[in-house]
Amino acid sequence: MTSAGLPIIGNATEVFVYPDSHIRTLASSCAACHGSNGNSAGITPTLAGLEPGYFSAQMLAFKDGSRPATVMHHHAKGLNADEINQLATYFSQQKRVANTAPTPQKLKVGHDN
Amino acid sequence: MTTKSVNNPMNRRQFIQTASAAGALLLSQYSFALASKSPLGRVVIIGGGYAGTTAAKYIRMWSLGNIETVVIEKSSQFVSCPLSNLVLGGSKSIDDLTFGYDLVKKNHGVKWVNDEVTSVDTSAKKVTMKRGEITYDRLIIAPGIDFIYETLPNIQSAEVQQQVPHAWKAGWQTVNLRKQLEAMPDGGVFVMNVPKAPYRCPPGPYERVCQVASYLKTNKSNSKIIVLDANPEIVSKKGLFTKVWADMYTGMIDYRPNNVVVEVDIATKTVRTDFETVTANVLNIIPPQRAGKPAQMAGLNNIDKRWCEVDFLTYESKLSPNVHVIGDSVSAALPKSAHMANSQARVCANAIVALMSGQAPDATPVFANTCYSYVNDKQAMHVANVYRYDEAKKIMVSAEGGGVSASPSEQEGQYASAWAANIWSDVLT
Ligand code: HEC
Repeated sequence: MTSAGLPIIGNATEVFVYPDSHIRTLASSCAACHGSNGNSAGITPTLAGLEPGYFSAQMLAFKDGSRPATVMHHHAKGLNADEINQLATYFSQQKRVANTAPTPQKLKVGHDN
Repeated sequence: MTTKSVNNPMNRRQFIQTASAAGALLLSQYSFALASKSPLGRVVIIGGGYAGTTAAKYIRMWSLGNIETVVIEKSSQFVSCPLSNLVLGGSKSIDDLTFGYDLVKKNHGVKWVNDEVTSVDTSAKKVTMKRGEITYDRLIIAPGIDFIYETLPNIQSAEVQQQVPHAWKAGWQTVNLRKQLEAMPDGGVFVMNVPKAPYRCPPGPYERVCQVASYLKTNKSNSKIIVLDANPEIVSKKGLFTKVWADMYTGMIDYRPNNVVVEVDIATKTVRTDFETVTANVLNIIPPQRAGKPAQMAGLNNIDKRWCEVDFLTYESKLSPNVHVIGDSVSAALPKSAHMANSQARVCANAIVALMSGQAPDATPVFANTCYSYVNDKQAMHVANVYRYDEAKKIMVSAEGGGVSASPSEQEGQYASAWAANIWSDVLT
């Protein structure tokens, strides 16, 4: 993510193309549990690079209850088939990378609250 | 939505105008003020919490660095409210929940000002801080909550809050409340209130009850908890909390709904409501809440003088063009949670990248929200929903199929901790 996140276009003569972003925004709301771009920091499964057929089958199984889940049924049921297929494609295109964690620090004296 | 290029002459001219207008007005003493403008302009973000930091990062990522982002945050550290109730229970320390901003700044080229906003001039597109000022093309206000002390003026000072903390923004007050619980005698009474909804973190007060109960049960089992709830019933996960309190903390929790705190006597830690007077050994008063101060400075808290009305496609204020509001300050029938702030921030970031590229924002945003609550040191339970834009109502509504855990479990405790690790990584790196 570092390379994509840095300013790669420095002057206005080059063209920034705003892409179709509907699915990207929805997919990013999965990040709170599955990590940025689907690369998980914890025990939640990584979604980056999952085979699209497998991904969609899991989502449909969460939806109809055939795959037991702690929480995913509540997310999968809110999405339609089209969204699930687009998410499957989106996550299959994300690279698997190690998730970076921020390092905890000592709370400073003087922090208000 | 179709993919369009910004290389269209109309749009190009607009960017250049916007960019140079903001550049000419720049009066800041901060060093980045001299840096050349990014091609698509500058977004200033007030607040480095879950909402503001996420927005800054994703605008940088999704504009491929073509938009400059400058975050103004008064604290030098990020302290997570999610999991902070576990400090009261004793299974986490505040230092487990405290982070710096260095990685998100470095990885994404987000500019950062550690300063406090003193005024917002939306007509001049300028934000003034204690030590400088800055102009913007678009402004995001993400200040979290501010407490309302109108009915309880005597609990406002920092000195009084040493004795009666709110601990509703994580930090030293959280540590203080934990120390007071440690010092409380066995057989003591912990009294806390729940302000009238909407407030930050709907299940949070009830999770706090569980965490305090968990500590007292193992360490001071003769103690009691009295909950004075201004609401007619438990606001979130009612069935689950009711069951946990009855099964896990039998006889410890005295829950009293419809009880608004009207007066607090600091010296005796006595609380008066319309119905009764209660004296505490340890007292935790969580005041009612409204949009954070910078949102008030900009005059955006138009709903009940508390919350800010926004367009849910862009999070642009209904009162002030080019000014967006995200997170707890937004007026919405949506939970004021960290995940919600994080999700709203990305819809806003995406819309801003579109608008600053001369494109239309996503017309049908959809996103997820989850709130986990820990009922003791290991077990957690959730409420989870997908929200989608309703084109007729023009608001976000919860989709079919959301809901809560069947019961708390250790497995969900592990997933809740993975949630925290992932959202911290998403926001802060
Ligand atoms: C609250 C946390 C949370 C959120 C938000 C969330 N997930 Fe999940 N996800 C989980 C958990 C936990 C599991 C494991 C199954 C379970 O217990 O529910 C899982 C499993 C999955 C799996 C199966 C992976 C595999 O390897 O078998 C897929 C696919 C998935 N999630 C997709 C998504 C998508 C897409 C979103 C966003 C729309 C999303 N999840 C949002 C927590 C979450």
